[in-house]
Amino acid sequence: MSGLLFGAIVFTLACQVTAMALCLLRLVRGPSAQDRVLAMDLICTIAMLVLLVLAIRYGSTMYFDAALLIAVSGFISSAAMAKFLLRGEVIE
Amino acid sequence: MSTPLALWIELPVALLLVASGVFTLAAGVGVLRFKSFFMRMHPPALAFSLSAWCVTLATILYFSAREGALSLHAWLIIIFLAMTVPVTTTLLARTELFRRRTRGDAEVPAPLSRMVAVVPPEAAAAEPHDAGSGA
Repeated sequence: MSGLLFGAIVFTLACQVTAMALCLLRLVRGPSAQDRVLAMDLICTIAMLVLLVLAIRYGSTMYFDAALLIAVSGFISSAAMAKFLLRGEVIE
Repeated sequence: MSTPLALWIELPVALLLVASGVFTLAAGVGVLRFKSFFMRMHPPALAFSLSAWCVTLATILYFSAREGALSLHAWLIIIFLAMTVPVTTTLLARTELFRRRTRGDAEVPAPLSRMVAVVPPEAAAAEPHDAGSGA
């Protein structure tokens, strides 16, 4: 791993962690419940992107499976929460 | 670590990574700073599409160059995101509409279908007349 790639990875990780912190602030502050769901969804997606960047950092393809798992669980949880807010039930 | 890669393969990977970091940061700032929920729904699309595409392309490029063969595992993630993100976004937008209508917010447009919730006063006034003329 050269210095160029290492610097880019560190910069990207710093940006992603900052974005997650901003989303966490919105999650805590968010006036309505759907704001919190949106922020949680974005946090899940950014966590998935962090795992992809870490895959490049450590040169291992095992991180892809974890990223896919986070994407699936994030989608299911946000869809279930949005459905609950919309209908009062998850499965009718 | 395996053998170091050539500069012409590392440069695009680094550029894609930096671009994705900037887009993700923009999405985070937008989610925090925009005023209303419908405005706040837009910045995450930046992370869902542009930033995810940049990271995925960088990953594909890096692992393809490293293993000497085309490595397309990361496409799965992009395909999955493209399928699931519209569902979540639509559900959240409908949730916001529904909850603001039930709260009686005047800024929200009235529902098109009469089955759903709040009927505006003029439609409620017009309905018995229609039913009478129909019968």
